[in-house]
Amino acid sequence: MYDALKRYVNRRNLIAISPILLAIALSMLGFSLVDSLPYLPVEDFGDYLVEWMDTNLASLFNFINWLIEELLYYMKGLFIGQPAVVVISVFMGVGYLLSGWRLSGFILISYLFIAMMGYWEDTMITMALVVTASITSLVAGIPLGVLKAKLRAADVALNPLLDFMQTMPMFVYLIPSVFFFGIGDIPGIISTFIFATPPAVRLTELGIKQIPQEIAEAGRAFGASRLQFLLKIELPLSMPSIMMGVNQTIMLSLSMVVVGSMIGAAGLGEVVLRGITRLQVGEGIAAGLGIVLIAMILDKITKNIWVEDITT
Amino acid sequence: MKENPETKIKVKNLYKIFGKNPAKALPYAKEGLSRSEIRKKTKNIAALRDINFEVKKGEIFVLMGLSGSGKSTLLRCINRLHNITEGEVYVDDIKVNGLSHRELLKLRQVKFGMVFQHFALLPHRTVMGNVTFGLEIQGLPEKERAEKGMNAIKLVGLKGWEHSKTTSLSGGMQQRVGLARALAIDPEILLMDEPFSALDPLVRTRMQDELLKLQKRMKKTILFVTHDLNEAIKVGDRIAIINKEGVMVQVGEAEEILLNPETNYVKRFISDVDRPGVIRTETIMDDPQSAYSVDSSPQEILDGMERNDTDYAFLTEDDRFVGGVMDYDMKKAAEENKPVRDYVIKVKTADFVKTIKDILPQIIDSDYSVPVVDDDGNLVGEVRRKHIKRILQENV
Repeated sequence: MYDALKRYVNRRNLIAISPILLAIALSMLGFSLVDSLPYLPVEDFGDYLVEWMDTNLASLFNFINWLIEELLYYMKGLFIGQPAVVVISVFMGVGYLLSGWRLSGFILISYLFIAMMGYWEDTMITMALVVTASITSLVAGIPLGVLKAKLRAADVALNPLLDFMQTMPMFVYLIPSVFFFGIGDIPGIISTFIFATPPAVRLTELGIKQIPQEIAEAGRAFGASRLQFLLKIELPLSMPSIMMGVNQTIMLSLSMVVVGSMIGAAGLGEVVLRGITRLQVGEGIAAGLGIVLIAMILDKITKNIWVEDITT
Repeated sequence: MKENPETKIKVKNLYKIFGKNPAKALPYAKEGLSRSEIRKKTKNIAALRDINFEVKKGEIFVLMGLSGSGKSTLLRCINRLHNITEGEVYVDDIKVNGLSHRELLKLRQVKFGMVFQHFALLPHRTVMGNVTFGLEIQGLPEKERAEKGMNAIKLVGLKGWEHSKTTSLSGGMQQRVGLARALAIDPEILLMDEPFSALDPLVRTRMQDELLKLQKRMKKTILFVTHDLNEAIKVGDRIAIINKEGVMVQVGEAEEILLNPETNYVKRFISDVDRPGVIRTETIMDDPQSAYSVDSSPQEILDGMERNDTDYAFLTEDDRFVGGVMDYDMKKAAEENKPVRDYVIKVKTADFVKTIKDILPQIIDSDYSVPVVDDDGNLVGEVRRKHIKRILQENV
């Protein structure tokens, strides 16, 4: 008994247990830790930060606003400006090339189903939003991923930022987005961008870091310059991982569509939101189904882009 | 720097230390502290120390050592995939560790072809795409690339596979692609990092044979890394043995190392090598001791036998080996006054380049030493039974 006790009484354990004993003693004396701490006005700081950005970075935001507006306009033209037959057959063609007639048939049935539910136009707006958001995310995310894999400083700087972007509840982005970009599609896309970029960065980085050391050495041994190395070794070899990032980015963009509708983004999300707020369950379910279907279409297409290339 | 025009690669006083603070570890490495002591003191790893060697043009020079000895590191110091900590590396007249980045890229593009243990092929490219990789880096136009690539593919026997994905090939074929990729740029130097270690034993043997066959035609300077001494002996013109402290303990031809291992480390290293299969008759033969013309008188030969304390003698006619005679036959010939020629017995001879293993059956069958003849049939020496006994005993 004494021996067993002796085994547990040592310096480390005493150090570990002493704060607990102290805390019990203090609380017996009526001390409350939480009440006795000073108040730290982080929320005021948040307000101040947003205000500061609004006044000082206005031109930057205007530029971003213009850029996304242009891109979105173009995308909307692509999806809504065309007759449904054209859009459906283009998707079917892509589906056939990447995977075969099965995917092609799935796309046809899904789109017909959506059209018959009466959501064709909303669906195409959602498509335009998702594609716009995904493109901006990927255009920023993939180069950042490359940078992060190659530059230690970038790695150190970006890591906490990416963690922040990914874990902060997405609703939190909505308020400042409205602040900077007003109400409508643009702030929706901005919030989506913040939320959907990290996987593109992370998976690009992972793909590059996963390149077998010997293959990297082979590239260098044959005298490849840094640019040749990136284009002929690193990017092609990390393509499966990068494509997974593309897939994840698109999926996350879709999940932001409904949330984005809260600040005025149009499309299927708006329909779902309407269903929720007016307690029209049927409408919500139908529009939700539409989102699920285009999610499946985009998922299957992006998953097949690179897989196809590797196996044949 | 080049004293000898036949020298292709020269390494002088090379030290390589891995870690954050090589400068701190370098003096310890020079003092001769062990790797583990240096690691304890400085957290750096002394991979290679005081390496000196020269590789001649057109020779296969084998870097040999156990895993972790630093042999692959040394190979990578030659084309500067690793920067060396101290010393000099020369290729021809060029000091490799003094080049700018741009010069280094150019040097790697034209002088070195490298082959890797696990092939290091690009999985997204076809056989042709892999083979022409080096040419692409050089910036050659498409047509020329395809032509040179095809030549290299034919050279390694992969014709007909050029459009296959490399991932669908067997290990042996993948390494052929690796070899073709290195040969496509027609480099002066081939760096081969355990190229056959990942292959099945049968495939490995075949690849070794084919490399040697190719080398007869190409005459490249090859730096070949392996941990398999039998492989080293088979492919290497010369072998350098690196011990576990990253020191090059002995450099020489295979037989030299087998017959005169300089350190205990080398001795242990070679203990399980098939020595009779490596050492050639040429190396251990003596001058023929009792060799006489067939026209000599029997008494002459008998006297000679007595002097040499043997009971047989070899006979030649115009320097060409004709056979042997026994002492009792010579006595008979002397008594009956018959010519020596009547008593000649046929004796099997050995070539210069035969190994001990090859002539063992003859030794066991006969009471003679084994006469060694050159291509013209001239007697040039004899291998005595006691030498063979020594080599066989040491092997155990």
